[in-house]
Amino acid sequence: MQPTSHAFVENAHRALNDAQLHAALGHMKAGFQDKRAATIARMPEFEDLRDQGRAIKNHTLAHLDAYLERFEAKVTETGGRVHWAPTPAEARDAILKICQAAGARTVTKGKSMIAEEIALNEHLAANGIEPIETDLGEYIIQLRGELPSHIIAPAIHLVKEQVAESFYAHHTELDPKRPLDDARALTDEARAMLRQRFLAADVGITGANFLIAETGSTVIVTNEGNGDLTQNLPRIHIVIASIEKVVPTLEDSATILRLLARSATGQEYSAYTTFSTGPKRPGDLDGPDEFHVVILDNGRSALLGTPAQETLRCIRCGACMNHCPIYASVGGHAYGWVIPGPIGAAINPGLIGLEEAGHLPNASTFCGRCESVCPMRIPLPSIMRHWRERQHERKLSPGTVRAGLGLWAWAARRPRLYRFGTRLAAALLGRLGRRRGRLKRLPLAGGWTDWRDLPAPEGRTFQQHWAARRSGAGR
Amino acid sequence: MVSGPGSMSGTSSSEARDAPRIGLFVTCLVDFFRPSVGFAAVRLLEQAGCAVEVPAAQTCCGQPAYNSGDRADSKAIARDVIAAFEGFDYVVAPSGSCAGMLSHHYPELFADEPEWERRARDLARRSFELVAFLVDVRGMQAVADAAYAGRVTYHDGCSGLRELKVKRQPRALLSSVAGLELTELPGAEVCCGFGGTFCVKYPEISNRMVEEKAADIVGTGADTLLAGDLGCLLNMAGKLKRQGAPVRVRHVAEVLAGMTDTPAIGDTPEP
Ligand code: SF4
Repeated sequence: MQPTSHAFVENAHRALNDAQLHAALGHMKAGFQDKRAATIARMPEFEDLRDQGRAIKNHTLAHLDAYLERFEAKVTETGGRVHWAPTPAEARDAILKICQAAGARTVTKGKSMIAEEIALNEHLAANGIEPIETDLGEYIIQLRGELPSHIIAPAIHLVKEQVAESFYAHHTELDPKRPLDDARALTDEARAMLRQRFLAADVGITGANFLIAETGSTVIVTNEGNGDLTQNLPRIHIVIASIEKVVPTLEDSATILRLLARSATGQEYSAYTTFSTGPKRPGDLDGPDEFHVVILDNGRSALLGTPAQETLRCIRCGACMNHCPIYASVGGHAYGWVIPGPIGAAINPGLIGLEEAGHLPNASTFCGRCESVCPMRIPLPSIMRHWRERQHERKLSPGTVRAGLGLWAWAARRPRLYRFGTRLAAALLGRLGRRRGRLKRLPLAGGWTDWRDLPAPEGRTFQQHWAARRSGAGR
Repeated sequence: MVSGPGSMSGTSSSEARDAPRIGLFVTCLVDFFRPSVGFAAVRLLEQAGCAVEVPAAQTCCGQPAYNSGDRADSKAIARDVIAAFEGFDYVVAPSGSCAGMLSHHYPELFADEPEWERRARDLARRSFELVAFLVDVRGMQAVADAAYAGRVTYHDGCSGLRELKVKRQPRALLSSVAGLELTELPGAEVCCGFGGTFCVKYPEISNRMVEEKAADIVGTGADTLLAGDLGCLLNMAGKLKRQGAPVRVRHVAEVLAGMTDTPAIGDTPEP
């Protein structure tokens, strides 16, 4: 997809003035934060588990090539095929070729952020193949022609009235007077509409939460069971995943699965956890005739050995965005690319470039809440700072900001001069604000005073008072 | 006892000899906006049996540069701070954010310079946020003589909370202030939207965050908001005052030290 991250400020402005979005995002605390907190409170070993999860992924990333090769060997051994895709274009083409060879007219899709990253739907549609999203949230945004705004809850930016509107507009074969005023009715309707599509699809495409090197299996977790129908009913199953999804063993995936649902939705486990290994064997009752795994790099391997490598531990649970006050203010679309929130701010500059994604690691107060909930202990703020440093080195930050900071830093290194300057400024502002105790407006400080008052300085600096006290002159 | 800028408590000479020497890291915001917080810190530290000094060669901890990706300037400023505070038993700051910079980020900054890293680690080991220092290091369990008639709510500044684990210490001391009633703030651990340069770089987002914070504060019915970081306090006070909310805003040290005759942050002085 074409990123709009460079327009983050404008995107955010629009989002902040969208009342429906504000209402929709308001549900995140009860929906995600409280549930996660309650589940974790019941699990005393959670912190140890985080350490284990981190260790598994660190080990895997240190031997990534070896584990990916082992995974490929196992997939081949079990009758499947691995397709390596360094770029999104190569991933799209690999998938299109498989679909075309099968003479596919429609494909069903389970939720996959990698499919979003490579803009798969557009590519299939442009080549005469109809992609059908089967995850409820993805289905809704597909109808609306929107992008997901969250990695586990793609339609979280919508209120249910908006969903009903879309259903009335698209499901024209149904009674226009039917009631669609609760979540149940909406879910039932989507399920009924999708049922026919599952049966008719020629190819099923899913993502993967894990690729397991020792067995060549892929794993998905869902709450709707749509993933199983997507991958079991059609003749061909294509898995699309990125390189960092590999883990060495089944045991490792079990460890990380214990972290995943708890961090994501506060469930102990998702409703469905599905392991798929190879195509149907002789004597198997079901399963696809062909099993393909398309593995995307798209800039990830270039992050190895850099501070941003740690982002590759991410298991896409969404906890960081669920707890992020910036995300809660502007929603996911403002970030302008597939991965929003703190993990987007930490990884997107590596995937789509710092020129495009430069705002994202800057739009953070470094409050650290994301890092404190990340099950994989990814130091998200430090990685955002790493990108800010690269920006500074490459002079990508605005010249005025750089000049201002440079001047300030120059003065901060000269305490006598600094004391002199602050004394004058404190006296001036103190006098301006003396009557009210605060300033309503201040030239060059609109970023502050457009939105809030500036409390006035007391008038003399601490250093002034202290020097006076030292010299015995008193006040 | 200290009555404000200008006088100093008399500690007997033997006490003075045993007293740990504290270098007060005033912080640039306290120095500029609200010296009273610095004097409240001095009083509290003296009550905790410390001898307080204020090195003149201090300006700022360097966070504006550090968080803007300017590593060279951050290091230069950090070197000055490290040098200025060498030799003190402890370095104490009335701010979780600045104390976190000294104790967590300076060592990181010098990861590639062993000699400076050693000195940074030495400073880090000695650096504390004020209230955590009083409680955890000096074993203070109750304030000396402070009283405050009011219903108070408390915001946990992000760095203090998450980097330095400052949470129970201010509450422990506040519970000993005569007349003070603490009502917990819903979302006390959610960022107020200050974030240093963030609040002027992304003012609209910062505004949304502080709006939500202000609504939570007003919702508690408290008449006073306290926190341990002047940056957050200026932001929240600025918003509350702009909205005309009748909430007084103070640094927690002012209340703990019993130094609350100054106008609250952003409040109109009594005529
Ligand atoms: S960065 Fe951490 S919290 Fe965020 S999605 Fe990834 S694993 Fe989850």
